[in-house]
Amino acid sequence: MNLTLHVWRQKGPRERGRFVTYRATDVSADMSFLEMLDVVNEGLLLKGEEPIAFDHDCREGICGACGMVINGRPHGPKARTTTCQLHLRSFRDGQELWLEPWRSRAFPVVKDLIVDRGAFDRVIQAGGYISAAIGSAPDANAVPIRKENADLAMDAAACIGCGACVAACPNGSAMLFTAAKISHLGLLAQGQPERYERAAAMVETMDAEGFGSCTNHNECEAACPKGISVAFIARLNADFVRARLTEGRRLEQVGEGGV
Amino acid sequence: MTTATAPAALRLKVPYVASTIGRKVVMAVTGLVLFGFVLVHMIGNLTLYAGPEAMDGYSRFLHTFLHGGGLWIARVVLLTCAVLHVWSAASLTLDSWAARPVGYRLWKAKDSTYASRTMRWGGVILFLFIIFHILNLTLGHFDPGYVPGDVYANVVHAFRQWPVSVFYIVAMFALGLHLDHGVWSLFHTLGFSHPRYKRWLREAARGFAILLVVGNCSFPIAVLAGWVR
Repeated sequence: MNLTLHVWRQKGPRERGRFVTYRATDVSADMSFLEMLDVVNEGLLLKGEEPIAFDHDCREGICGACGMVINGRPHGPKARTTTCQLHLRSFRDGQELWLEPWRSRAFPVVKDLIVDRGAFDRVIQAGGYISAAIGSAPDANAVPIRKENADLAMDAAACIGCGACVAACPNGSAMLFTAAKISHLGLLAQGQPERYERAAAMVETMDAEGFGSCTNHNECEAACPKGISVAFIARLNADFVRARLTEGRRLEQVGEGGV
Repeated sequence: MTTATAPAALRLKVPYVASTIGRKVVMAVTGLVLFGFVLVHMIGNLTLYAGPEAMDGYSRFLHTFLHGGGLWIARVVLLTCAVLHVWSAASLTLDSWAARPVGYRLWKAKDSTYASRTMRWGGVILFLFIIFHILNLTLGHFDPGYVPGDVYANVVHAFRQWPVSVFYIVAMFALGLHLDHGVWSLFHTLGFSHPRYKRWLREAARGFAILLVVGNCSFPIAVLAGWVR
């Protein structure tokens, strides 16, 4: 099959970008989207042109490295699919495709379709961990956890941090990512001691990184390759409000200086 | 012994209310108050169908409740809520616009709704409508025959002018869309959401939105059709 690609080319973070049109000719419908780009890049290299830069690593949908906006949808038209797991059979022969990087102030373009998602790392650094010493892996069922909570924590932990939620959000909000990260810890016993500080600190960092705010469009859930539910955003909202309401009590327990 | 990494600080550098979620909570709480108001306002206006005595009597009741203080308490609360609602919406909107300095060449909506995407400009229409509505029916502008306290006659006068009725009806559709998204969304923002009752909540929001559009639009239509004179 043949495809026409309008690809965002941008030499560096400070350069001006523009769309350049390429043709992918005689590609197999069973190729993955990234394999098709590899073929296009080989052609560009043979012609002595600069290949299209795109992020990728595992190519099995679990690392979160790949991702681009394909015809107005992050990771392309298929639900719950990363760009690397998307195959050309999801497109029509002769179709025109617009390939764009994630658009967000917090994710500056590094080159072409690659963006710097360091903002997500900094949100995690603000509280996406537990600091209690919990020893080695406990015996099964030694820490009783409701089955529903264990399942929900796993659902939230499925987040691969690809940034499609931010890319899809009309507000450029990172609420789904942050919500997933506070939820998978906040639903488990080990995450309880720092639950509210975590919510407050991660939201503060999320805001400082320049992400927008959530208006409950639900576009993030639709774009998420792992199908993470916006119900986690409500959980984040609740934890953040509770962090405010319990701030005085926590300060009283540990003193003004904080922990 | 190694010390654990310092956990997140207890105190935030910015006040909670200034954070995105803090401002959203302000928007949600004030939105809930304003929603309660439009619902009661619509129900009260149904006295239009019971005749001049009923409507003027209802108006007198509002004006004399708590020796006249009740109306002013309501006005202060509503004005405060409106100001906070507009402030939170405007500041969050500017932040969200700034969050995407370069837009997409192509962007396709999937799960967002027409209502959710028109919250901001719909809100602007409602803001302009509220100013007009107060000038028109509370202060008596745009109506030469306005008599304070003669509520029934004032309403009939106003709606006999078709441009007033058309603006009113357009604004009510904007209100319907605003509530269709806003009423369920505010519960989500306040942290109340569960897959089990979210659908129910969204349908309830739509039900209230339709109820308010139908109820409120019935007044100008009834006047224009001559059912209420």
